[in-house]
Amino acid sequence: MSRPRVRVPRKIKKGDTVTIKTLIAHKMETGVRRNKKTGKLIPRKIINGFEAKIDGKTVFKASLHPAVSANPYISFAISPEKSGKIDFVWTEDGGKTFTKSAKFTVA
Amino acid sequence: MLRKSIAAAALVALAVGAGSGVSAEDKPVGPWERKENHVKAPKDSPLDYLVSGYWFRTPKTRALQDDDFENPAFLWVEQGIEEWSKVDGKAGKSCASCHETAEKGMKGVSARYPVYSAKNKKMMAVTHQVNYCRENYMKAKKWKWESGKMLGMTAYIGLQSRGMPVNVSIDGPVRPFFEAGKDFYHERRGQFDLACVHCHQANFGQYIRADFLSQGHSNGFPTYRLKWQKLGSLHRRFRGCNNNIRAIPYKRGSPEYTNLELYLAWRGQGLKVESPSVRQ
Repeated sequence: MSRPRVRVPRKIKKGDTVTIKTLIAHKMETGVRRNKKTGKLIPRKIINGFEAKIDGKTVFKASLHPAVSANPYISFAISPEKSGKIDFVWTEDGGKTFTKSAKFTVA
Repeated sequence: MLRKSIAAAALVALAVGAGSGVSAEDKPVGPWERKENHVKAPKDSPLDYLVSGYWFRTPKTRALQDDDFENPAFLWVEQGIEEWSKVDGKAGKSCASCHETAEKGMKGVSARYPVYSAKNKKMMAVTHQVNYCRENYMKAKKWKWESGKMLGMTAYIGLQSRGMPVNVSIDGPVRPFFEAGKDFYHERRGQFDLACVHCHQANFGQYIRADFLSQGHSNGFPTYRLKWQKLGSLHRRFRGCNNNIRAIPYKRGSPEYTNLELYLAWRGQGLKVESPSVRQ
C-alpha cells in the first residue's frame, strides 16, 4: 500500500510563497535487516527519488537514502507565477513509480 | 554514579555558599504538570488528576498529531475508509450495508468500548467486534489483530469518537472483568518484578531512560508510534511493556489484555479520545 498524499493549496495569490506537503506510505526496507528465521539479508527496497514538476518543468527534486524513515514526509515551498498542474513522482528501488497530481490557480 | 554524587555535592556547596541556590521552583515545568492540561479524575480514581499521554511528548511529536495531513496514521485511516464500503465475504455485505456511514454509525463507539457482550459472554474490544461482524454478518475471513486493514479500520472507527470523553461502563456484568483488569494492573510480574502501577501511577513524569513516563492512558490508540514507524494497537503496546519488564507477554486480544484495556479506559474516564494519535 504505497498510497501518496499531497497537500497543495487550490488558490494561490500571485507573488505568495506556499508550502507543498507530501507523504507516502512506504516501508523503506533498508537492506541491512536480516530475516530472523533464515538469517538471510532482506533486499533493500526504499523510495530512492522524488520529483515535483509544474507543467513538465522540474521544480523540486530529491534523492533519498536508507537512513530516511518509513513513510517519508517531504515538504517544500513554491511561488508559481501562473496557474498550472503539479505532478509528483516517487521512484522505488527497481524502478517502480508512484504518482499523484494536483491543479492550482494563481490569481 | 560517582559523577552524579560529585555534581550533587557541588550543588549542595553552591546552595550553602550562595544562600539560596537551586530550589525546586527552578526545575522546568513539563506540560503535563500545567493545570490547564489536566482533566478531573473519575470517582474513586487512584490518580489526583488525569493528563493525556499527548502532553508527555515533545512539541514536534504533538505538532504531527495536530495536523491531520502530517499525521502518518491517516495513511491507514484512508485504507479504513476504503474497507468500510468494500463488499467482502459470502454474505455480500460491507460495513456500510448495516452501519451506513461511519460518521453516523460509529460515533462514540471507541469512547465506550470495551463492552460486555452477553451473547459471547466476554468483553469485546473494538477489534473483537470488527472480527465478530466480519465472521457472523459478512461471512468473511477474520482479519489479523495487527494487520494493516484491521488497524486502518479501528483507527477510522476511533476517529469518529475523536474529542469525545472516554466513558466505559464498569457496572453489572462488567464488574468481574473490571476487577480482573485492576488486579492485573497491580500485580507484579516478570524478572523486574514490576506492576503497571509502579511506573504509570507512582512515577509518571519521571525519566525512563531518555523518555518521560506517561500515566499510561489508552485514549490515543491505535497510535502511530515513531519507534514502530507504523500504526499499532493497544495490545501491541501492552506486549512491549511486558517485554520490557522481562515478563512473558500475553497474546493480542487475550482476555487478560482486554480486561486491562477496560480498566485502563476507566482510569482515563473523561479524557478525550485522540485516535489516531502520534507517540514517540
